[in-house]
Amino acid sequence: MDVNDLRSIITVVSFLLFIGIVFWAWSGRRKSDFDAAARLPLDDDQPLPPATHGNAQRTSQ
Amino acid sequence: MQEQAAYNYQVVRQFTVMTVIWGVVGMLVGVIIAAQLVWPELNFAEWFSYGRLRPLHTNAVIFAFGGCSLFATSYYCVQRTSHAPLFAPKLAAFTFWGWQLVIVLAAISLPLGYTSGKEYAELEWPIDILIAVVWVSYAVVFFGTIMKRKTPHIYVANWFFGGFILTVALLHIVNSAEIPVSLTKSYSAYAGVQDAMIQWWYGHNAVGFFLTAGFLGMMYYFVPKQAERPVYSYRLSVVHFWALIFTYMWAGPHHLHYTALPDWTQSLGMIFSLILLAPSWGGMINGIMTLSGAWHKLRDDPILKFMITSLSFYGMSTFEGPMMSIKTVNALSHYTDWTVGHVHSGALGWVAFIAIGSCYYLIPRMFGKTEMYSKRLIELHFWIATLGIVLYIASMWIAGVMQGLMWGATNPDGTLTYSFVESVKDSYPFWAIRLLGGVMFLSGMLLMTWNLIQTMRGGRAVNDAPVLAPAAAH
Repeated sequence: MDVNDLRSIITVVSFLLFIGIVFWAWSGRRKSDFDAAARLPLDDDQPLPPATHGNAQRTSQ
Repeated sequence: MQEQAAYNYQVVRQFTVMTVIWGVVGMLVGVIIAAQLVWPELNFAEWFSYGRLRPLHTNAVIFAFGGCSLFATSYYCVQRTSHAPLFAPKLAAFTFWGWQLVIVLAAISLPLGYTSGKEYAELEWPIDILIAVVWVSYAVVFFGTIMKRKTPHIYVANWFFGGFILTVALLHIVNSAEIPVSLTKSYSAYAGVQDAMIQWWYGHNAVGFFLTAGFLGMMYYFVPKQAERPVYSYRLSVVHFWALIFTYMWAGPHHLHYTALPDWTQSLGMIFSLILLAPSWGGMINGIMTLSGAWHKLRDDPILKFMITSLSFYGMSTFEGPMMSIKTVNALSHYTDWTVGHVHSGALGWVAFIAIGSCYYLIPRMFGKTEMYSKRLIELHFWIATLGIVLYIASMWIAGVMQGLMWGATNPDGTLTYSFVESVKDSYPFWAIRLLGGVMFLSGMLLMTWNLIQTMRGGRAVNDAPVLAPAAAH
């Protein structure tokens, strides 16, 4: 096996990885997470919620 | 309540203002060299000659105008979508001053004739080292902020910005490997066709990552923001990202068709350039369709006009590019003004328009205003710039095809029908139209500068935008 075999293998593995990413992105399981991520730029103008929940307050230290 | 942390707007504001200023400077140099082609008498001094000013123009518009806009928008986007102020604010300030120093050094050294002779990488080795240091600092600030994020997801725009930052670091460091022989002169570490191949691996990926992935990051943040709607399809944006990452790296050889580069490498570059049409158009559709159901906003929002028109030009130039990479088409188009027209359809239509739209979004927010000083001026800027681009690229298409046909024409006995200078003579009218188009585009930038100054006047430098908590967990 010479270096060209390795190059071919990497190309094929990259292609399979990409096909895998396409299936992963289109799987139903990702839907809600992607919907939440898509809201990220739009939800950043909202005022701070009332200081009752723990996690949000870690923002300011 | 605890002391409220604030987003780092200072560095964003500095880069935004410099985007406009370097835009004017870089495009002015472009207008000067366009005029020098029409009136060669304007080459009145060595340091003012076309050969020295042309790299100054490309470096200024790509790395000064484009670069500052990428720094500004990526720093803004990564803070706001991560709900965290910038990591290492002093290092962020260093990226601003370091990058401005790179630009000033380029503006001095290129007219003086110091060049390593690699297109889009002309700067000599001491400046190359400074670029590498600034760029690595940029990566530390950007990815440090990502690591501080308060949200589970990394928004897709940040993937594009991150991909752009990492790849440009790799491209710059590999392509700039050189052997210094004095403080101002170095030679490439590579030789012959390998040097050419590495140069165009760099050159094309500078287009693919600096001028595409980075600006797509801008698109994925500022188009939804301005349209007030989430991106049309998030899953498409994920596939768009990975498709670009897996294919762009291979397309460089199309710059070296019919050269000493092995034939199979040329064909490989052509095939991957053709494949690139798919992710490019996927991204374009994703951006434009974000407006689906809200098309009326396009009617009276000139900022959205800039953004959506930029996506149209992105679609146009990413269709034209793969076509030009086909060897038989390239036999006609290569070395002609068609290439220049193609580049400017992408650079003015796509890159500059999305950057200008994003700057119009940022400027009022950086100076404590709700909107720009004059919306009508933005509208005027849009139309004068759009007409300028149309004049520019249409004249270059015609000139380029004419040049290609004239250079290739032969008489029955095999001699050339036209001498080279005849094609130059016939190009003059088109170069004059191109100059007019460039002047119009530059005029638009001057309107933007006026609008910027008026918006800054009476405004205040906002440094207290509070870091907001992410929306409730899902």
